[in-house]
This record gives sequence, structure tokens and C-alpha cells, in this order.
Amino acid sequence: MSTEASTQLKEAIHSSRLDRNFPKEVMKSHGGEKLFLCYLCGSCAGGCPVGRLTTDYNPRQIVRMAALGLKDKVLKSNTLWLCTACFTCTDRCPQGLEVASVIRVIRNMAAEQGIVPQVFKELGSNILETGLAYKIPDLRLKKREEQKLPALPVFDTKAVDTLLEATGFPKLIKEQTKKEI
Amino acid sequence: MTALRYAFFLGCTIPYRVTSYEVSARKVAAKLGIELVDMKDFNCCGLPIDPVSHDSMLVLAARNLCLAEQQNLNITTLCTGCAITLRKVNRMLKENKELREKINKHLKEVGLEFKGTIEVKHFAHVLAEDYGTENIKQHVKKPLAQLHVSEHAGCHFLRPIEYAGFDHPEDPTLLKGLIEATGARYFDYMDKTNCCGFTVIAIDDKISLHLTESKLSNMQDVGAQAVVTVCPSCFLMFDVQQPRIERAFGKTFNMPVVHYTQLLGLAMGMSAHELELDTHRVAAVDLLSKIG
Repeated sequence: MSTEASTQLKEAIHSSRLDRNFPKEVMKSHGGEKLFLCYLCGSCAGGCPVGRLTTDYNPRQIVRMAALGLKDKVLKSNTLWLCTACFTCTDRCPQGLEVASVIRVIRNMAAEQGIVPQVFKELGSNILETGLAYKIPDLRLKKREEQKLPALPVFDTKAVDTLLEATGFPKLIKEQTKKEI
Repeated sequence: MTALRYAFFLGCTIPYRVTSYEVSARKVAAKLGIELVDMKDFNCCGLPIDPVSHDSMLVLAARNLCLAEQQNLNITTLCTGCAITLRKVNRMLKENKELREKINKHLKEVGLEFKGTIEVKHFAHVLAEDYGTENIKQHVKKPLAQLHVSEHAGCHFLRPIEYAGFDHPEDPTLLKGLIEATGARYFDYMDKTNCCGFTVIAIDDKISLHLTESKLSNMQDVGAQAVVTVCPSCFLMFDVQQPRIERAFGKTFNMPVVHYTQLLGLAMGMSAHELELDTHRVAAVDLLSKIG
């Protein structure tokens, strides 16, 4: 762990910094409901494949920060995006807390604040443009013929865009300045 | 056996750069008599944007489910990410009336409605459960007894257990059974169910590559000659990224990566060329010489 991070951990947490509404917001979302059930056993952190390789990322810490209401800290945390969504933590939690889903809920909230890693902007704009997460190169499409594979369908991107417009997706991935959290 | 027909959900990663998986799966399915009906339209399953917007993932997945419902066919897919996403959303929408009504309101805008009439299964799940591992053995003409392989099932093949729900996530046996049906020798290794790291390669490539490196090392330690995968994204990590991993960690693996559909195809008597095994980054020449 970097010195900076370990110093931060040792800081006293002042109640004035806590946003008591934040855990409630997390618990309103699908997958976040059991946030308060965490009893800090560390099964999630122990089983986390990323946590083994870097002490920067620790699912237990993220869950605890969220439960305490350290909203700005958890939303702005770079390590929030290191979860591979392997769901080992979710499956091993003795309290039935969907740890990986809590992290997804928090990521979604960060995205609402304008924090979206570049890769998701790319995947997202590909979906809006073509219906698929990757733009299939013409060479590949031509090769499909040689391989005697069926041509890909003509995707109804209009339907995809209509659906994603309804969920507010395009504005989430638009380049924007981060809002003040 | 009743006729097995499925809506074939291709996803994004396979047409983008893992067509050897598609080619081999289509050939194996045809020979086994499993009909894969190409969907006339579909879109990304939704998983890649779940971290940014859960609701967006839900509507994308739901649209795919509706399109398959219109074909009146259960879905099968080669991708573990697509499988878990479509399985999960299918169940969520079937069980949660409030959510279904909310999503259906969006779907109505594009002339669709989720009815909850179909099921979703990964193709390996179809092979093991619907077709039956025992029946697969009947098609094995050339048992691969000389091959020593390890599996990498991939996280979303096994987890979260609530939605994957057909194998033990800590001690899985489904893929093992399918591999052994080909006659190949199966090698267990430490941390078998660990993640390959694909999903974070664009966030932190060092961590991502390190995850696959650990798995390759553990497989090598037990004497595996190849790794069998059932996911295009895991395949990209193990095969396409393998030379980069070797350079970064100063190691030599030279570990061929074989889609399960290729392993089965070989055992059924198809050639490596037919199964596009010769298109992979890590050459399988030594491996193939073992089976003659």
C-alpha cells in the first residue's frame, strides 16, 4: 500500500465528514440492500484475486466506507474500478451481502457524478453506434464469408438507442467535467 | 432424445476476434445434432456497461431475451459473460414483478414485451445437461488420452452461484466431466477458479496480466500441456496476451489454449485446421503431435 493510502487509513474519521444518506442510497439499489449486514470478517478481502496482488484494492474497505457514509472518498477512489466482477466475494460472504453488487452500485453512483473510466465510454459509444460493444472491422466481416460463417444481422441500432436514451445512458458517457460531489 | 434447438446468441467478443470458437462450436453442434438458430437481430448483452449503468444493462439484456422469446427458443451462447448476464436478467424479470413492469415500460417504446417464456444456458451447460456428457462420449472417435489439460472455466461460468447455479463455484465438476469425456487427462491446479483479469485490462493491465500469469504458472507446475476455456474473453487473456505475459514476467509458458468445442471436435475426429486451432497465437503443434 502506498504511504499516502496507509496514512489516510489511520486518519480519525470525523462525524462531520459522514454523509448519513449515502448508505441509504446504496441500499435502495438492487444488490446494495444488505450493506449494513457486513460484520467485517474479511472473507471478501481474503478471497479477492485482485486484493492478493495489490493492497490498494480491498472490497471490505469499500463496503465499510460506504456503510459509514464516506461518500466523497468512496466515489472518488481510483481503486473502485479495479474489481473484476468475478463475484468470489459475493459467493463467500457469510452474511449474504452481494459485495460485488455493492461495488457496482457505488460505481453507478460515481458515474452519475461524471466519474467514468475511458474504457466504458468507448464500449458504451460503440454500443450506441453499432449495437455491439466492439466495432467489428470490415476485414472480419469479409473473413466471415471465407469461413462460411453467417453474415451478422443488420442491427436495429435505433431500438438500442431508444432504450439507452430512456435510461439516460448517453449523457453518462459524454465527455463532461466532473461534478462536485 | 428430443430435438435440441436454441437461439444462438453470438455476443460481441466472438465476432470481434475469437471466431475460432464460433467455427468449432458450429461444427461440433452440427455433428451432434444440436441446432443453433442464428438470431435475426440482437445487441450487446449489456454486461460491459453494467459498471456504469445497471438499468442500461437491464434493458439491453431484456431486449435480447424478448427477441429470443419471439423465436420461441431458449438461448444458448458461447460467452460466459453473455450467459450469466442473460440468465440473471431473465430470472430477475421473471421473479420481480415491479422490475419487470419498469423494464417493460421501456421495451414498449421499441415494440417489445418481456414475457418470461424462455431459459438461457451456456453452450457447455447445454452439452453437459441437455445433451448429456454420456451421450457426448458416444461421439468420441479418437480419445485424446495423450493430452494433459487443465481447465479455466471463467468466473461467470460459475459465479455468482445464485444465477450461474449449475456447478459448485469452489469445486466445479461440469467442465471436468466434459473434458474427461474426450478422453483427455484432467489436471487440477491451485486456484483453479480464480479470475483471468480480463475485465480490468483497460483499467490496470499489470494486475490483469498478473492474474493470468499466476494461473498459467500454476497449470505449468502440475504438468498441464494446454488450457481449455469456454469464454472468448478468458481466451484473449490466455492466448492473445500470453506472449506479452511471458515478456513481462520473464517466463516461458508456450501453453496452447483450446476452446472446449475444439477439444471435443478433435476427439470427434475433426482436424485442427477445420477447428481453426491453427489460428491461435500460441501454436498447438507440439500438442497436436501427441495425438497424432
